[in-house]
Amino acid sequence: MSEIALTQTPIHIRHGSNIGQPLTRRDGVLKVTGAAKYAADQHPPGMLYAVLATSSIARGRVAHLDVAAAKAHPGVVDVITPANRPALALDPDEKSNPFMFRLDLLQTDRVRYAGQPIAIVIAQTLEAATEGASLLAPRYETEPARVGLDDGESTALQVVGPGFPAQAQRGDVETELAAAKKSITQTYETPAQYHNPMEPHAIVAAWEGDTLSIDTPSQGMAMAQGRLAGLFGIAPEKIHIRSPFLGGGFGGKGMISGPQVLGAIAARAVGRPVKLVLRRDQMYGPVGHRAPTRQTLRLGTDGDGALVGLDHHTKTMSSTFDDFFEPASTPSHTLYASTAIATSHAGVRADIGTPIFMRAPGEAPGSIALESAIDEMAQACGMDPLAFRLKNYAEVEPISGKPFSSKALRECYRQGAERFGWERRPLAPRQMRDRDGLLVGWGVGTATFPAVMFAAQAKAVLRRDGSGVMEIGAHDMGQGAWTALAQIAADGLGLDLDRLEFRSGTSDLPDAGIAGGSGHTATAGMAIYNAGADVIAKLADLATNDDHSPLFGAGNAGVVARGGRLFRRDDESRSESFSDILARAGLAQIEGRGAGGRPNPMEAHGQSDYAMHAHGAVFAEVKVDPELGQIRATRLVGAFAAGRIINPRMVRSQYYGGMIWGVSFALHEQAIVDRHSGRPMNANFAEYHIPVNADVPSLEAILVEEDDPHVNALGIKGVGEIGITGSAGAVANAVWHATGIRVRKFPITLDRLLEPQ
Amino acid sequence: MKTFDYVRPASVREAVSAAAAPGAAYLAAGTNLLDLMKGGVTRPDRLVDITHLPDLDRIENLADGSVRIGALVRNADLAHDRDFARRFPAIAEALLSGASAQLRNAASVGGNLLQRTRCAYFYDPASACNKRNPGSGCDARGGDNRLHAILGWSESCIATHPSDFCVALVALDAVVEIEGRAGRREIPLEAFHRLPGDSPDRESVLEPGEMIVAVRLPAEAARFAAHARYLKVRDRTSYAFAIVSAAAALRIEQGVIAQARIAMGGVALKPWRAREAEQILLGGRADTALFVRAATAALAEAKPSGDNGFKIVLARRVVARALALAAAGTPERMPALPGSPFAAASGVLAHV
Repeated sequence: MSEIALTQTPIHIRHGSNIGQPLTRRDGVLKVTGAAKYAADQHPPGMLYAVLATSSIARGRVAHLDVAAAKAHPGVVDVITPANRPALALDPDEKSNPFMFRLDLLQTDRVRYAGQPIAIVIAQTLEAATEGASLLAPRYETEPARVGLDDGESTALQVVGPGFPAQAQRGDVETELAAAKKSITQTYETPAQYHNPMEPHAIVAAWEGDTLSIDTPSQGMAMAQGRLAGLFGIAPEKIHIRSPFLGGGFGGKGMISGPQVLGAIAARAVGRPVKLVLRRDQMYGPVGHRAPTRQTLRLGTDGDGALVGLDHHTKTMSSTFDDFFEPASTPSHTLYASTAIATSHAGVRADIGTPIFMRAPGEAPGSIALESAIDEMAQACGMDPLAFRLKNYAEVEPISGKPFSSKALRECYRQGAERFGWERRPLAPRQMRDRDGLLVGWGVGTATFPAVMFAAQAKAVLRRDGSGVMEIGAHDMGQGAWTALAQIAADGLGLDLDRLEFRSGTSDLPDAGIAGGSGHTATAGMAIYNAGADVIAKLADLATNDDHSPLFGAGNAGVVARGGRLFRRDDESRSESFSDILARAGLAQIEGRGAGGRPNPMEAHGQSDYAMHAHGAVFAEVKVDPELGQIRATRLVGAFAAGRIINPRMVRSQYYGGMIWGVSFALHEQAIVDRHSGRPMNANFAEYHIPVNADVPSLEAILVEEDDPHVNALGIKGVGEIGITGSAGAVANAVWHATGIRVRKFPITLDRLLEPQ
Repeated sequence: MKTFDYVRPASVREAVSAAAAPGAAYLAAGTNLLDLMKGGVTRPDRLVDITHLPDLDRIENLADGSVRIGALVRNADLAHDRDFARRFPAIAEALLSGASAQLRNAASVGGNLLQRTRCAYFYDPASACNKRNPGSGCDARGGDNRLHAILGWSESCIATHPSDFCVALVALDAVVEIEGRAGRREIPLEAFHRLPGDSPDRESVLEPGEMIVAVRLPAEAARFAAHARYLKVRDRTSYAFAIVSAAAALRIEQGVIAQARIAMGGVALKPWRAREAEQILLGGRADTALFVRAATAALAEAKPSGDNGFKIVLARRVVARALALAAAGTPERMPALPGSPFAAASGVLAHV
């Protein structure tokens, strides 16, 4: 032993055997057999049904509601309108932090977007409540709707997203662009999009005195608890949320939404449990969406194809009453080295529901514009798009000059390109055809997403029978938290997975932080890891200080926890089971606690010496019918490096989902909003297109090794959203390569590819 | 949901009688009707559930060589009936290009004929729509109308009929058998759907209470089996309505087109038979120039009803391509992506 080791706290290494395993979902059987109960599956005794009446105008006021007709309908129990809505402890329009969104809770007769709740009808049956809502037959005083990017005055923004600076610069972009040998200026447009999880927002709420019990899907139970507590004027502990399974969230269930609160208001008003489930079309308005953007990119290069200037400006919109502006220019901070970089945002106010975090907010629309522009710049330089990206590879984070905590992007490019067969790509467009005469094009896009962490706590217990319990109020949106977090928990406690009870999904457990920003596994995982470490440290202290233990005196050498036993690190022939240690100490159990996260999640990058991002490279093949214009993304290969991979099966699934979302962004998704009425006109799954299986016949995700010693002790970066970035641009670039036509308004639809012939 | 009566008649006669009352609607699979009711687009007072009626779910080969398809035959059952698909491959291809597997498993033949337009303004009760609410106007005119009609539309309605099945049926001269209180009558499917004119609320020739009991294909329709295709261009590869589609069927004798059938979908409020284009093809040799000439004739009267001029260009190309595919020959096996431009053109052909 070295002298230095003697002065150090003993290090207890735990050799993980669960992390890294491609376990299948532990909740899989429950889900495929229908035994997993989602919020809307709950049916407590005495429950009533609530249905929202929503506004069909986008701006104005409700002049009349036929409450009498609704109440007269058989089965209708009560109707709540602004005239009789029970008082709340907090004005729903009050806002004290960027994560607190203003809600429409029937505070006035004012209408500020189409689909805004204007009344709740509560009835014995869903059918009666639905008909009651219809019988309200609202009359409006209608004012002209403003829903387009050009319908309002544009102002420069100071803040975008949940409080990011709206502008950034490094160097003098104007001077550099003026001196550039080659330059391009192009404008790209992305449409409004809606989250569209399979499971709509739903709540079953029951009050007992001033205690509120709710079943509702949530990506952030503690924040929801806090928001509800404020609105109802009760302590957060009086609110119990159960959210064991979500049928997708995508950011739309991050904050509790107005309709969910209205469900709780309804239950309180009638003094009985109430279920409120949004219809699909009601998901288009009061629960958030992604706003449209119009992005102008100016790029300039020197004579060698090195970027000297990159200016990324985004115009986007928020509601008239709250702030969430899509931070679409931000990907330009990170991806490509350039002598000078400037980013900025401008916003307009429109008669729309407030946009909110949606699957790679900022990164997704920003990435498709940036990746398109990078391709156009490469084309202007006569360079292969991949060679151009490598030429402008960022060795340090371009906007900050900080080193990356880790960045295996070069390896992603290499492995992805090799697997895809990129080297056979002709430089010019419209050169490849398949044997049926379809045009074939290949495109590449770079993927990036910040390694975000929020704050979380966990509690671990080791019991005398050798089993363990890990408690954390984590959120499984379908991504596999029940499995991946349990893997971390098992390793944290040195147990086999079958000896671990993993408790999650309810608000009475320690706060896991919001499941967003692709940071849940890192955040909750670190809390779990630390809670496990706390228990093992206590256990090791017991053993190594007890002269009856075979581990007596091992303190300096350290011990290893594995399979329910502690092993002396320097001599694994000496070990003792957890049970024996606890039994001899006369303890029924040992408890430990742990926390995860960074001091200030909003300034994660600013407060660190490192820039922390996951990276990836996506290669796409599309085929286009030369006369008919119909497009199909026939093959995608993505290679991603995102630090340590907890469960490769789940991670691959996340990448697939992201890549499909990228195809969707490039070719399919858009909310069609009637410019006169301001109403979304395709609020259903038949006409709001997302890819079907036939649209994504071949996906491949390569997990590129990456060891990151800085992001957190486990080295986890997060994989939820990165797959969208890069993929959307790769598909768009492949469409250009197939056809020679550059479409800058997304989604790319076939009518834009119908050349006169 | 509005309260309604639900009746389940035991016979066609009972059904017709029950459905003759104002506000009554037939319920078959309900794949369209129930959506419309939930959305408040239609509010029937009475649903006449015909799914339990006997004998309407059969595919019959009649003595004169015609085929009679019962109104309750499921779309999937018809498309997967080997004998039927062999004799009428374009119809099978059209069926399998429509909706999703789940919907095809449920949807009925009669219901397919009677499905309503997908015009978003028709589905949105807050919008003006002459079809849903006669005299209220048409918000589609100044609204989002990328997918609306280019043929046969009127100032009062620019919607399209969304069926794929009907397009292939019209091309092959299908006949609709209708049962009413006055007894049974027949009408060519081509004359079954009405163009909007001044009364887009009247969508078909059905009188109150009349019920589709069968669709019949004449013996002659099977003579096109060697050269019959359906082509459907859409915004995604599957589970999307046609932007434009076309059914093309040819009878080729010694390299010369002896008989030709063309119908288009997604272009008008009814499946659009292109008879002039058919005439142009007669006696000609199957080549691209001739197909383009026929396609041009098929769209001669087309005009945009809004921001949809591209559909005219597209429809011409779809017709020409469908003819080329038909001339090349019906594939031996149903393509994995029926009706799709991504159904591989290369492969083994049947019947040739």
